Amino acid sequence: MILIVGSLLLPVVPSRLKKGYLLLVPLLTFLQTISMANGVFGQVQFLDWTLVFGRVDKLSAVFGYIMSLMCVIGSLYGMHVKEDAQHGAAWIYVAGSLGAIFAGDLLTLFVFWELMAFSSVFLIWFRRQPESLAAGFRYLLVHVAGGVSLLAGIVLHCKATGSWAFVGFDVHHPTMATYLILIGFILNAAVPPLHGWLPDAYPAGTFNGSVFLSAFTTKTAVYALCRGFAGMELLVVLGVVMSLYGVVYAVIENDMRRLFAYHIVSQVGYMVTGVGLGTELAINGACAHAFAHILYKGLLFMGGGAVLHMTGQTKFTELGGLYKKMPWTFLFTLIGGLSISAFPLLSGFVSKSMIVQAGFDHHVLWAAFLLNLASIGTFYCNGLKAPYLVWFGRSHCKPETWKRAAEPPWNMLAAMGFTSFMCVFIGCYTPFLYNMLPYAVDYHPYTSYHVSESLQILLFTALAFFLLVKLGKLVPHTGLNIDLDWIYRMGGRAFLWAARKPIQLADTFVGELYRLAGLIPLMFSARASGKFDNKVIDGAVDGLAETVRGIGSRLRFVQRGQMQENLAFAFAVAAALIVIFLFAYNAFAQ
Amino acid sequence: MTLARLIEFLRDHLKVVVRVCLVALALLVLFDAVPAIVDKEHAHTWAEHVPGFWALFGFAGCVLLFVLSKAFGHFGVTTREDYYDE
Repeated sequence: MILIVGSLLLPVVPSRLKKGYLLLVPLLTFLQTISMANGVFGQVQFLDWTLVFGRVDKLSAVFGYIMSLMCVIGSLYGMHVKEDAQHGAAWIYVAGSLGAIFAGDLLTLFVFWELMAFSSVFLIWFRRQPESLAAGFRYLLVHVAGGVSLLAGIVLHCKATGSWAFVGFDVHHPTMATYLILIGFILNAAVPPLHGWLPDAYPAGTFNGSVFLSAFTTKTAVYALCRGFAGMELLVVLGVVMSLYGVVYAVIENDMRRLFAYHIVSQVGYMVTGVGLGTELAINGACAHAFAHILYKGLLFMGGGAVLHMTGQTKFTELGGLYKKMPWTFLFTLIGGLSISAFPLLSGFVSKSMIVQAGFDHHVLWAAFLLNLASIGTFYCNGLKAPYLVWFGRSHCKPETWKRAAEPPWNMLAAMGFTSFMCVFIGCYTPFLYNMLPYAVDYHPYTSYHVSESLQILLFTALAFFLLVKLGKLVPHTGLNIDLDWIYRMGGRAFLWAARKPIQLADTFVGELYRLAGLIPLMFSARASGKFDNKVIDGAVDGLAETVRGIGSRLRFVQRGQMQENLAFAFAVAAALIVIFLFAYNAFAQ
Repeated sequence: MTLARLIEFLRDHLKVVVRVCLVALALLVLFDAVPAIVDKEHAHTWAEHVPGFWALFGFAGCVLLFVLSKAFGHFGVTTREDYYDE
């Protein structure tokens, strides 16, 4: 609420006070979010329904906390951006996300869900590149389709149960309504095969808009899944597939920000697996990982955004050797990369392992091992490949890129520095995060075995990486990787082609058919009716008129102008008629 | 720019850095074999009791992912950059 009003007031704030204002509004929101007491409030009577705008419990509070904190960080990061509308769109986007998290009923959830889609698309469009415009439209269309599925599911669900309340669905006996709602949720969580929008849209956003994008949509969906679908086994399979799918695409990706975007898919896969496992440890893990993920993924996108902002490039084939120019950006991005890889003492280590541990505890060994395999790919891409190809390796920079490159403005560095601190803080002081989680935590990440296991996996991944570098295998290549957005991108093109070719052909055919079968007989019948009109009707009318005139001229002899004679004649006729009538009447009466 | 100088320093002494790292890796596997240091009571499968199992898992997994992903890319997924342009 503060954010929406704040964004509406943004254009009238004098430019001298603008920077303070840009920090004040998110800070106030953050303070309000963390000071909210548990309970239900904001109930509004609307038509026959009761809408619940504020449901605060441990699950929604932990997501609300991190979302509003990320809003502060993101606003600080983009503080020097002059365009008010960008800040406004970002804040309304965050407001939609917070609204969806605290919504107590499905209808309110849906309204804020759509608010998110319609405000976040501006963060893509404001980059003002042709490809951003197109990517934004695709993003919007996909999300509207997901929203329609969600709404259809909500309406069916309400009809079946008679309640709008947003509580856990019956995941063991899913109905059509449950599946439709699930589709709406997993589309926003970017679960394959509904993930194509994410790596398509996020790298197309503005340098600071993508920081917001990376945090809110998918994690709001994770919240919704935690609330509604905990324990649905289908999600374990989808989550594991997702975590590996993102990794495979990230390995062959040439664009830094798209690589990070694929790792959102991969990391959200861990959370979706956690939701699918559904145990207390797994749900705690999903929430903790979402919390940690928002910070380190925001940090990675801030690093990528800083490179884009300062060099104008994001492709590995256009970068390299930048450590001399942007050492601090390198350090902060590396901390983000090590956090996402779950290095000991960093945030990912204390959150991701909860989900893997829950998999082992639940005896879903294949899932736990595959998640560990995905974490190898995570470290390979975020901790090694991206930093190496941007800040080390052979420089592929053009002279003008090299000349432009420098450390970003102080506010961007401050935002990255603070987020780095948070990543280290969460990793070192576990009660900070663990006390916020929905269930009581009885899990200790820093056992000797777990540390040894993680260090072995990660450091030997690094060994393999440097051997690959030594063998000359790690040379960036230009190229585009086809993903499932192909279906609707090419599908859209097929539709256009269909509109242009077969449908136009059909239109011509129908036109011709109409001319042949419709127009020509019509003309013929028109001509025929013209003739009929001329000959028959005109003839009849003329004939009638002729007859009347004939009778008239005969009668003229009778009427000689004398009143008495006329009257006598008229009466005679009348009398004759009456007589005829009477005779006729008598004849019929008998 | 002290951070940049630190990186330069490490790069200048790359050989030493590499050697230190290799020793650290060896120590890591060695520690894994000593039950007094690494308590494997909470291991879930028999394979995890093999010393250095996760080291092998990390190394082989990385190579496997790299090879499979590249193969996947060559399979036709990676294409020219202007693929979607009209």
